[in-house]
Amino acid sequence: MSDVYDRVKRIVIERLGVEEAEVTAEASFKDDLGADSLDVVELVMELEDEFDLEISDEDAEKITTVGEVVKYIQSHA
Amino acid sequence: MKHRVVVTGMGVVTSLGSDLPEFWNNLLNGKSGISSIEAFDTSEYTTKIAAEIKGFNPEAFGIDKKDSRKMDRFVQFGVAASKQAVQDAGLIIGDNADPERVGVIVGSGIGGLGTWEEQHTVLMEKGPRRVSPFFIPMMIANMASGQVSMVTGAKGPNTTAVSACATGTHSIGDSFKMIQRGDADVMICGGAEATIRPIGMAGFCAMRAMSTRNEEPEKASRPFDIDRDGFVMGEGAGVMILESLDHALQRGARIYAEVIGYGMSGDAFHMTEPDPDGAARCMTRAIKDAGLEPEEIQYINAHGTSTPVGDKSETTAIKKAFGDHAYKVAVSSTKSMTGHLLGAAGGVEAVIVGLTLQNGMIPPTVNLDNQDPELDLDYVPNKPREADVRVALSNSFGFGGHNATIIMRKYEA
Repeated sequence: MSDVYDRVKRIVIERLGVEEAEVTAEASFKDDLGADSLDVVELVMELEDEFDLEISDEDAEKITTVGEVVKYIQSHA
Repeated sequence: MKHRVVVTGMGVVTSLGSDLPEFWNNLLNGKSGISSIEAFDTSEYTTKIAAEIKGFNPEAFGIDKKDSRKMDRFVQFGVAASKQAVQDAGLIIGDNADPERVGVIVGSGIGGLGTWEEQHTVLMEKGPRRVSPFFIPMMIANMASGQVSMVTGAKGPNTTAVSACATGTHSIGDSFKMIQRGDADVMICGGAEATIRPIGMAGFCAMRAMSTRNEEPEKASRPFDIDRDGFVMGEGAGVMILESLDHALQRGARIYAEVIGYGMSGDAFHMTEPDPDGAARCMTRAIKDAGLEPEEIQYINAHGTSTPVGDKSETTAIKKAFGDHAYKVAVSSTKSMTGHLLGAAGGVEAVIVGLTLQNGMIPPTVNLDNQDPELDLDYVPNKPREADVRVALSNSFGFGGHNATIIMRKYEA
């Protein structure tokens, strides 16, 4: 758990230019972390590379928070 | 009614300095901003030198790291110079200027070449699904104008000129006309360019357009000299705040100079070779637009790129446009020091003309050791000249046969 969470967190901090404390499991990419639709696309790409998996556009649209991403990766990776 | 248009702020980002006093001092001291390229390995390139800005940090210009990551280098330059110019003008958009009456034209000759290059590599190596969603918005040549509006809050007319090396002058000339006819009170205008990239250098090297004087970078740009062998690429941005005189007076702005004329023409001749008739028509139109006679022009900031053909063509054009007065007007090419900033050149050179009018000093053409005998005008060789310049003209000519000329004069109520 913590490994995936930490890796996701690192990518989110780097890509969105946010502070570590802001990246909580409940944080919404768009509402809390200031991401726009292009940021989310880029983030998904980065996560796909990092975890060597493919996230379909359909699935990507359903993921809105950091916690949901972590959960998705844990069940698909 | 035509509004009078004045210059109330200026900003530059160049290899000769990114604040006005430093930049101006270096120009008057004849300093060269040209050096060996550090951005990438140039061992296989015939040209290994440029007026490269070393260690550029957008954050030093108050651009948020989060924002600058989504800006191509040319946009970073354009935004940095614009922020400086806005500050220099004491312009507080939303306070002493109505946001909807402030417009932007910060053009680029080429746009986000570096972003193109990087993302094309991603496409080739990793496939289409790995191309960044920011590729298109970062690369498009209009994005400096777009980002400047976002950063400054300018909600007036917003567009972009893309006319190769004439871009900066078209941007300022078009902005001048917009204020003159009442479309805006204030325009943030100029050019930005960042093409010192492998693909940019390879392309211009292939054209045999650039100097190969790699062992002596500071002597490589030598307009009007018999040993000139091509231009030297530069990068950066030059931006002016143009403002209607009424608006400037109302808010008590400092006035550098007045913009009084703009001329444009097309060569209808060749993709890259200039036709002196086109440049001559352009200058003549600008002079007519200003309501002047050619004899009233005292200084020409030449396009003067240091190419064998270009400098000759411009000299011929000046003689056509000015007749006998061609021999009395001071002509200098500051590209001898700044290099050729392509689409940003007109922006940077308009700033230089503004400083010339304000300070009564003409910056020199450096490296003019042996003037080409075919080129017989007064090119202000090697040393700056004290002169009470009242009216000055700036030329820019671009591939495609685009010509643009602006005329500025000392402000007098």
